[in-house]
Amino acid sequence: MNKNYFEIIRAGINSTFQDLGRNHLYHIGIPFSGAMDNRNYLLANKLTGNNHNHPVIEFAYQGPHLKYHGSPINIAITGDVSFEIKKGDNLVDGKCYQSFILENNDELDIISTNKSVYGYLAISGTFDLKFQWSSCSTNTKANIGSNNGKKLTTNQKINIKKINQNFMNTKLNYVNTKIENIRVIKGTNFNYFSEEGKEIFFKNEFKVSKLSDRMGMRLEGKKIENIFETNIRSEGLIKGVIQVTADGFPIIMLSDHGTIGGYPKIGVVISADYDKLVQLTPGSRVKFQEVDLNSAETLFKLYDLETQSLISKI
Amino acid sequence: MIKNISNLGDAALYCDFGKEVNRETNTQVIKYFKTIRKKNILGVNNITPSYNKLIISFDLKKINFNKLKKVIDNIEITKSDNIQNKKFEIPVCCEKEFSLDIERLEEILNIKKEKIYENFFEKEFFCYMTGFIAGMPFLGDLEENLRAKRLDTPRVKVPKGSIGLTEQFANIYTFESPGGWNIIGNTPLNIFDNSKEKEPNLINPGDLVTFKRITKEKYQNYHE
Repeated sequence: MNKNYFEIIRAGINSTFQDLGRNHLYHIGIPFSGAMDNRNYLLANKLTGNNHNHPVIEFAYQGPHLKYHGSPINIAITGDVSFEIKKGDNLVDGKCYQSFILENNDELDIISTNKSVYGYLAISGTFDLKFQWSSCSTNTKANIGSNNGKKLTTNQKINIKKINQNFMNTKLNYVNTKIENIRVIKGTNFNYFSEEGKEIFFKNEFKVSKLSDRMGMRLEGKKIENIFETNIRSEGLIKGVIQVTADGFPIIMLSDHGTIGGYPKIGVVISADYDKLVQLTPGSRVKFQEVDLNSAETLFKLYDLETQSLISKI
Repeated sequence: MIKNISNLGDAALYCDFGKEVNRETNTQVIKYFKTIRKKNILGVNNITPSYNKLIISFDLKKINFNKLKKVIDNIEITKSDNIQNKKFEIPVCCEKEFSLDIERLEEILNIKKEKIYENFFEKEFFCYMTGFIAGMPFLGDLEENLRAKRLDTPRVKVPKGSIGLTEQFANIYTFESPGGWNIIGNTPLNIFDNSKEKEPNLINPGDLVTFKRITKEKYQNYHE
């Protein structure tokens, strides 16, 4: 029997299937989801010879420890991640942005992400997944997506239905950098805040709170005073929106965010900074820096060109 | 034409239909939502209608704010764009185990619970928007005397099917979820069916909804 699968020895903290996410469903309350760090997601797929919307496993902090059963397969891990591959009695030190071959009974232990939150595991094959609304992306809070909308659990099996037999030997030199200044465009309720509050937002440092997940990132710092109204009529949200809740602290909407919300929007993180934003670990200190729409568009073009150029080097 | 369009970040249009929240404004929002959606504009990712806003997010690789604004500026609503309101009757059981906050409402509103229910079940509601959690309809408008604030401390888990009231709105919890609305009953009807590839939500913006009180026996033996 030609059955290929991973056995999960340890599931990790929040390991889920992700792809590019799902569109056109905000109006019924279903968020975008998808890989948090788009660049690292794309690179993982390219390193294993996949197309750009191929399901991968995303993990946060501690990744899964997997035992492989089946015919040889290529894998690649992207992000800032420590991992090992156990081949019988041999221990191979894992390197990110490089393809490896797993053979029957090899173990892949994704120990942890280092100075970042998310990492990606791609395989030169196709996970056997049930898609929901044209995407495997898993939103564990709403139980949407593959694996019944749940994160991976220990002792579970991950079946692989197809393996690409063209083995690759790919490698890329790339180092993730950490962002300190998050660039934002002023939000639609920027004027709800006191002059002092606006100054705090752009001049003071904020600390990423432990209460951060795929839905949102909470920040701690000096309170931002609202002088107008702490609630607005509920309206649509997009990822990157920074709302200030009644307690005066900012919360940034991330990929699994609720589709509508009723807190004033002080700013929106520019698209070029989103991948690096999501990688900020709790305790990181950040500042917000204002840019205008034109600059944000140019910065995104540059960011996208850089991503494309990295992909083309593989 | 939508008069007031600004940018929300670098990848969304923020269309403002005015401060007033009423059916007339919301109907305009919904008409534009439906018309824009039908056009399948290249690069548009999501369109989110709410009471008085429409947010259109897009893929910055394919289109940008100024280009999309030009397209949207040229969209006119014609008389033929009337929305078809579907009508729904939602069965609700108000037994004590389901009406978690009815006593709190009696106290805050200073109205006997039978009167609260009488008012609630007489009302025909209008669906302003769906969202927050998948398929949750925001229905209005409750009479002035039934309007209460949300709970001071939201519940960690509101049971699936719960009917909640806050301010002038009623909603239905399509999943078990955290929430702070005043719960007055529960429906056995599945409002959101995530096994459906198309139209998983029962109630859409613009639809009309009434509630019908059912006994516990009916609730338990309910088949769709």
